[in-house]
Amino acid sequence: MVVLGIETSCDETSVALVRDGRTILSNIVCSQADWHKHFGGIVPEIASRKHVELLFPALDLALKEASVELNSIDGVAVTCGPGLISSLAVGLAVAKAICAALNKPLIPVNHLEGHMLSAFLADNELDFPFLCLIVSGGHSELVYAHDLGKYEVLGRTRDDAAGEAFDKVARVLGLGFPGGPAIDKAATNGSPSAIAFPRADMGGSLDFSFAGLKTAVARFVEGYRDILADKSASQYTVPDIAASFQEAVVDMLIQQTERAIQMTKANALAVVGGVAANRRLRQRMNELTSGYGIKLVIPPIILCTDNAAMTACAGYYRLERGLTANLDVDAIAVWDLEDVTVSHLPPKVT
Amino acid sequence: MWEVHVATADEMVKLGRCMAAYLCGGDIVALYGPLGTGKTTLIQGIAEGLETTKRIISPTFVLVREYSGRLPLFHVDAYRLEGIDPSDIDWQVSFSEYISRGGVVVIEWAEYIKQLLPNERLDVFLSHESVGRNVKFLAHGERHSKLLLDVREGWKRLCKE
Repeated sequence: MVVLGIETSCDETSVALVRDGRTILSNIVCSQADWHKHFGGIVPEIASRKHVELLFPALDLALKEASVELNSIDGVAVTCGPGLISSLAVGLAVAKAICAALNKPLIPVNHLEGHMLSAFLADNELDFPFLCLIVSGGHSELVYAHDLGKYEVLGRTRDDAAGEAFDKVARVLGLGFPGGPAIDKAATNGSPSAIAFPRADMGGSLDFSFAGLKTAVARFVEGYRDILADKSASQYTVPDIAASFQEAVVDMLIQQTERAIQMTKANALAVVGGVAANRRLRQRMNELTSGYGIKLVIPPIILCTDNAAMTACAGYYRLERGLTANLDVDAIAVWDLEDVTVSHLPPKVT
Repeated sequence: MWEVHVATADEMVKLGRCMAAYLCGGDIVALYGPLGTGKTTLIQGIAEGLETTKRIISPTFVLVREYSGRLPLFHVDAYRLEGIDPSDIDWQVSFSEYISRGGVVVIEWAEYIKQLLPNERLDVFLSHESVGRNVKFLAHGERHSKLLLDVREGWKRLCKE
């Protein structure tokens, strides 16, 4: 079965074709990042206009690269939420149009479910159940995936997402955007133990919190701004701060993931989302999983950032079980994983 | 204009809950202040007071998150819009859509979209103090002046309890 995937939840316009949920035939990702840089960030109205412009060329390219005819696909999987409503609506409208015109089944997909199942595209052997850490600019969640549509959220951020903390701290340190790669790079020349930034105490919970850490780094830099400018006089360097901050984030992610491994006795761990590209996190996750003798799957970067291959993958598993939707399905801005069910229709907008 | 000292994060949540008690559909609250001054914490309190069903988390990445509660809550974050040319976008359209849906609009990093903000609104300036945070309120327009008076009286009562 070949499933067409469409993902427009934020500022990437992506179309993909995936065979049997595991083999990527094409995965076209048009990032609007350069475009939005001109405006200093993502502007919802502009993002949705760009999706309109980019979606059809991306669709043509995806079909061409996969050598697949549109009318030979078996279904259309589309991200319905969570995300920017005006952006989601573009992908959903196109998906519905294709389904209506060619009489194909429509498969609504939750963006976070897509991220989790991207691990299936990276490792053919991986199957349910598995433990999953989702870490991106907008999300930080620790999830036990029992089965398709049965996701137990063990912990999530109480304030900022991990990727957001990277972006904001990079800005404070003058390292530029996107912050993740900038911190990763700067940290290689710094000492992770130079400054003891605080690790939030989450009690017994598996939640995360990064706001306090972010504030601590911002206030530290404020206090040292003049000293930092004079490199010879400074006790600490920007790389030291970057490395110490990164270590604090990674420590928190590792600590909570380790507790989740012990709790669930999972024998496989997937780390997905943009922050999974961080080299220190990858290294520490490798050490953690080898220590427990469990499998670790971290998808390549193209599958970690927003992409439609993950949507098509999740769509395949839903289609296989006949979990399709009518064409009156809505896009939804806030759609938590625990509200994703097997039958999987997005909750109605109230 | 009203100024209040907030000692802890819990107290910031309490202040947010107090504000929520007097918020009506169509109200606009604009928050200003550097990183880590408690903007998201204040909004978490507002959301609690509005009885939203979902936990509030930072909307920086997605720019706006919608929540349903006693009133719809639109949590806007302009952090990624620094340096934007206001003539390039028409946020008025979005704000009026949120207002027409009977919602409360709360905007973080309002300083980045100052020229795009509706004229009638409640400004809230947050800053660090050696201990805790300083929160300064400034109302624009009749409705928001009334809101500020109510919040101020409500807070005084709460502090006496």
